[in-house]
Amino acid sequence: MEHLALLPPSGAAFFGIPVWFLAVVIPVAAICIFVRTLALRLQPLMKAAPDVRTDRIFTRTWYMLKFAFGQYKQPRYWTAGVLHIAIFAGFIILSARSITLVFLGVTDGFYLPGLNPESFTGAAYNILKDMAATAVLIACALAAVRRGIFKPERYNVPPKIGHDHTGEAVLILGMISGLMLADGFFEGSLAAAQAAQGITPHFLLPATVPWFASKLLAGASLESLQAWHTNAYMVHEVIFFTFLNVLPLGKHFHVITSIPNVWLAKLDKGTVKPVRYGLEREQLDELESLGVKKVTDFTWKHILDFYSCADCGRCSDQCPANAVGRPLSPRFISIKCRDKLFRIFPLKGEGEPNDELIGSVLSEDEIWSCTTCGACENECPILIQYIDKIVDLRRGLVDAGNVPQSLQKPLSALEKRGNPYGKMEKKRAEWTKDIKDEAPVRVLDIAKGDTADTLYFVDSITSFDDQICSIAKAAARALTTAGEEVAVLGPAEKDSGHEVRRFGEEFLFMDLKDQNTEAILSSGAKKIITTDPHAFNCLKKDYENLPPVEHISTTLLRLVRQGRLHLDAADPEKIYTYHDPCYLGRHNDLYEDPRQLLDSIPGLKRVEMARSRDTSFCCGGGGLMLFYEPEEETRMGSIRVDMANKAGANVIVTACPFCKVNMEDAIKTSGLEGKMVAVDLAELIDAHVVRPEKKAEPQAA
Amino acid sequence: MEILVCVKRVPDTAENEIAVKADGTDIVRDDVVYSVNEWDNYAVEEAIQIRDNVGGTVTVVSVGDEESEEIIRREMAMGADKGVLLSDAAFEGSDGLGVATILKSFVDKGKYDLILTGALADDGAGQVGGMLAALLDLPYASVVNKIEVKGDKLLVGREIEGGNQEMNEISLPCVLSIQTGINEPRYVGIRGIRKVASLEIPCDGKDACGLDAGVVGAAGSKVKRLTYFVPELGEGAEMIEGSTEEQVEKVIEILKAKGGIK
Repeated sequence: MEHLALLPPSGAAFFGIPVWFLAVVIPVAAICIFVRTLALRLQPLMKAAPDVRTDRIFTRTWYMLKFAFGQYKQPRYWTAGVLHIAIFAGFIILSARSITLVFLGVTDGFYLPGLNPESFTGAAYNILKDMAATAVLIACALAAVRRGIFKPERYNVPPKIGHDHTGEAVLILGMISGLMLADGFFEGSLAAAQAAQGITPHFLLPATVPWFASKLLAGASLESLQAWHTNAYMVHEVIFFTFLNVLPLGKHFHVITSIPNVWLAKLDKGTVKPVRYGLEREQLDELESLGVKKVTDFTWKHILDFYSCADCGRCSDQCPANAVGRPLSPRFISIKCRDKLFRIFPLKGEGEPNDELIGSVLSEDEIWSCTTCGACENECPILIQYIDKIVDLRRGLVDAGNVPQSLQKPLSALEKRGNPYGKMEKKRAEWTKDIKDEAPVRVLDIAKGDTADTLYFVDSITSFDDQICSIAKAAARALTTAGEEVAVLGPAEKDSGHEVRRFGEEFLFMDLKDQNTEAILSSGAKKIITTDPHAFNCLKKDYENLPPVEHISTTLLRLVRQGRLHLDAADPEKIYTYHDPCYLGRHNDLYEDPRQLLDSIPGLKRVEMARSRDTSFCCGGGGLMLFYEPEEETRMGSIRVDMANKAGANVIVTACPFCKVNMEDAIKTSGLEGKMVAVDLAELIDAHVVRPEKKAEPQAA
Repeated sequence: MEILVCVKRVPDTAENEIAVKADGTDIVRDDVVYSVNEWDNYAVEEAIQIRDNVGGTVTVVSVGDEESEEIIRREMAMGADKGVLLSDAAFEGSDGLGVATILKSFVDKGKYDLILTGALADDGAGQVGGMLAALLDLPYASVVNKIEVKGDKLLVGREIEGGNQEMNEISLPCVLSIQTGINEPRYVGIRGIRKVASLEIPCDGKDACGLDAGVVGAAGSKVKRLTYFVPELGEGAEMIEGSTEEQVEKVIEILKAKGGIK
């Protein structure tokens, strides 16, 4: 045994008490408290609704490696992301060191298997952990300055929701810094003592925390160094076990829960969770209550999401509803529900009643404000889901009859007529009459057994809205020019029900789905084409056993590439920008086809808006959202049109009928009429298709 | 409080394109969808809210054909406790007084503190509420848009000219005809309707109602509908020209001139 420069903690005393004693008592007590807290925190998960999250373990493990350990989403917010990665990486590296320190209090010379300080790996680890500790300390200091002094706007807490969370953040940063400093002085004091006694000190990498500590303490008396050594150890011990018990009290619970939360993440975006996992459709009628009314009506995974929310505010920063001043901020859905859980299941004393969320914790307007655009979910570094929660809350509201008056008429029309406008079924294919000479569209009579290979699923708005059916006409014309036959279901087609489902009226959705499924299957179609991303997403993800569904942008791109459609040169005066519809882009990753299709128009000038692809900014929402009258300060469309203007574009190209409606409205309300136009991609392509001049019909003899 | 609400099944004006038959006897009924008369739906919601506040039961009654069961069920899914259909071939073609007479026969068999009707129906003449009150010899307030229960009396608000409000005290039992906007009727989802789908809705005919064929139905009607027709098109609408700003200015000018805005 080498000569010891200082007494190790296991042999030293702290205020007269042997450290080994404290090093046993403190961890045991702290772990007992921690286990009790976790057990109490688990209570609501046991009472919650079921969820299925243990399938596809390889994908899940990949997600965990990529999003949790790989911190994949963090750099999307550069400053905060880099700081977080530094702290997270430091934590991972230092976890072994922390465990070692706990045992060093009881037994001197302890090391974890493989980390013998005499070995190469152990020595390398010691250098690595000093670097990590230094990086973490710097990151904590920068983070504290950022939160405490610069105060980025996205961390603000509106007064009606509660107090500012900066204190909580800075306390944790302080504790982490304390841990880094304590370990630094623990080691630094030993190195200084070794140097003073002429023993070769173990190697300390210059400019790391222990190196600075050893320099600071150089020349101090041995007694003083001994005091620094023992006290630093005890400070580390106390902070470490306090930290462990502070984590589950607030947003830093994510340190514990987020890695499992990512493993348990939702894997199929664009889908909606079933009303209740494990129940067949017939069994739903027997349910006492439907959807989420109380916080424990959420699934256990959704409750884990609430626990895991790190309050970083990225979701709300991306949320278009939040941007226009609607009473919705996804971040506070999590924080408010988490706080409600903490109050119902407190760590001490009587909990408050597990009463209905709407009216106390959440408001109806908040829940109806969501356009389900998915920007929040796409941004969350730990893959917290919001759309399923919003849909479950809406299911609860629908079940209780709390549906805004503005939505009741379209819902009733959907029930009776299969479209939200209350138009007659027989008028569904009326748009085909205007183009019957140039592009004959076959309206299938399903009852008579008509069939078609490729089916164009038009959906309600494109069938009935006088301004929007131009998209259907354009698509039909372009397809006809390329030699494709166009067939529609006509009166047999009902609304896809995409928004009906996302607005919580599951049973009406199931009726619509049944009717459409039967009609589509009867048509014998082998492929479905649609111009509506909502229908696209719905048929693809909410329906089962249908033939493959394709968005028109993919179809047209293929026809152009096959040389079946030739396009005229673009107007050189026009500068185009492509607006990614939420249900084409974020929910289906279809970013490239529409852009490549646009770029296939010769000479077309295209610019990107500041927010594009997966950060695209919702136009205001489709389907039933067009009927909803939200409280808001401005419109999403106005903000979006402004972004297009700033990008220097004078044509906004969309690929969704609802985007077109919202953009056109916004162009008018923003006073950009005459300066900017919105056009659907199918319409734009149709307008550029080169068609042989129609020869004059030979006169009938 | 025992509350009776009289409801009617009508063609849904929002979801149909109403056309008149060539012979003028009726509207074209093929491909027409029906719903509960909008005013009646507000009346049922109001009854449910009163019941939830002060206790009691809500009964929904409808005079109509078998199809009217559908709307009775819907109102029960909304929260009404009981539903009764009054249906008989002899009731067909009843005028307002006939319908009020049929309803009176039903009211006489029970004991109701409050009877609500819609102020009017999409396909009606706004008569039944008043006539029913007169037949029952009960106090009546029409076009009610506010109800407050004060012991054995009600405070009822009525909308009067120019959007002004009038408040009245009325003693129970009484008949009120309800205006839309008095509340925000709750949504009835498909699941709610499925839950009441198998409920038996009692149906009373003329004998059960104790009525003679002569006083109801087409035979007993003293008002006869002669024909339906679509009015001839008048002069075309005035199209406002100009830029958006100019159009808006012009519209504001016209609205001000005609007293639409002050």
